[in-house]
Amino acid sequence: MDLQGFGHLLLSGTWVTLQLAFTSLFFGLVLGLAGAAAALAPIAPLRWLATTYNTLMRGIPELLLVLIIYFGATELIERLTGSYVEVNAFAAGVAALSIAFGAYATEVFRSALLEIPKGQREAAVALGMRRWDTFRRIVLPQLWRIALPGLGNLFLVLLKDTALVSVVGLEDLMRQAYVAAGFTKLPFTFYMAAAGIYLVLTIISMQVIQRLERWANRGYLGARA
Amino acid sequence: MSELIVMLSEWLQTLAGGAEPWTAYARYLPRILEGVGLTLELIVFSGVVGLVIALPIALMRITHNPWLWMPAYGYIFFFRGTPLLVQIFLVYYGLSQFEGLRDTGWLWTEVLSQPYWCAIIAFSLNTAAYSAELLRGAILAVPRGEIEAARSLGLPRATQYRKIILPRAFGIILPAYGNEVILMLKGSALASTITLLDLMGATRNVIARTYMNMEFFLLAGFLYLLMAAILIGLFRVAEHFINAHRRVPRRKAVGLKC
Repeated sequence: MDLQGFGHLLLSGTWVTLQLAFTSLFFGLVLGLAGAAAALAPIAPLRWLATTYNTLMRGIPELLLVLIIYFGATELIERLTGSYVEVNAFAAGVAALSIAFGAYATEVFRSALLEIPKGQREAAVALGMRRWDTFRRIVLPQLWRIALPGLGNLFLVLLKDTALVSVVGLEDLMRQAYVAAGFTKLPFTFYMAAAGIYLVLTIISMQVIQRLERWANRGYLGARA
Repeated sequence: MSELIVMLSEWLQTLAGGAEPWTAYARYLPRILEGVGLTLELIVFSGVVGLVIALPIALMRITHNPWLWMPAYGYIFFFRGTPLLVQIFLVYYGLSQFEGLRDTGWLWTEVLSQPYWCAIIAFSLNTAAYSAELLRGAILAVPRGEIEAARSLGLPRATQYRKIILPRAFGIILPAYGNEVILMLKGSALASTITLLDLMGATRNVIARTYMNMEFFLLAGFLYLLMAAILIGLFRVAEHFINAHRRVPRRKAVGLKC
């Protein structure tokens, strides 16, 4: 495939896409854990909050969320400070994608938390562990094992959703393909190249997720067979 | 119908009495509703076409013949592994790169250069890949005994599929397919990127006139939620009827006779 010297542009876009995906993954995981904690909290308003968050994000298109955050933040800043500040597309993208990821991750973490046998936590209490230590040393390591397949799928969705942020002008892979297609009048070539890069990223991610799963299951392999 | 909506819009405007954003909502009601209509049209149309494409692909995918399952696998992998936005752009912008296509006359001017048909094509191909994967899982999940029973009755293979396996598989995928339709609803917002005036496009169009960013984005969000809720409800009803055999019968409590 002849990319007419636009190959490096696509690569720099890929780098932006990856940065966007991993930054959103980090904040999305934090939001997901917080959401799951809220969903299982003994305080009813917290549970309602978690349910509302989840329900809202399931029904609202990610594109709309990107636009709401991008334009909404600009308007909010303008109303608060009176000056027009254009919000960084990257920040808006990270916010939108982590909120969307977090909503689905809430469900994954919630069911994973419920799957951890109660005895594990009780044993930690019996050993005199503090709440935080119990969470960090007993619950979290097991949580990964159960949640990884679900989170892996969500990451693949997240990776593809990064393309939406190109709509508000972030120079990610999709945007660069658009620019290159406009310059060269070879849209098929460049969108196909972008599709190929997304596929390669997906394949690599799937391999990494598989490795992570194997690693997380290392103590369980014998028991499964 | 449209006259009725215009009348409703005017009545709501007087009712709002200049209070914003309600007056603007009332004023642009016809436009937004048209958007809702187009969004629904897109998902129903591509949903049906997608299912029709999904069936042969799912059947190809479960065969052991590499000439059949490998292309099906490649198709599913491509459409599930790339962003929907890329797929839409590939169809809408990408096809114009081929001169041969541009000279096909009717096919080009009426279909392949029209954003509406490009959106339908991209959405159908996309949802077909996801549905095929669901369908494959469902076909493999049909209890073995039912297939054996069909075989022992001497049904030919095609009849087995037509009468036993596929009806069962459709019942099995129903809940998961409901999810897929909701995802398609969310994905349909991307039609606005190729100039279609679906709910998202109509909203952006109205915002360009009114400068009321947040008000109309939030309205659109509300309408998407509403559509999702209605679709979920419809699938619950469908499940109730199609999977009637799974319903827990309501029996009257009868006292034990000793």
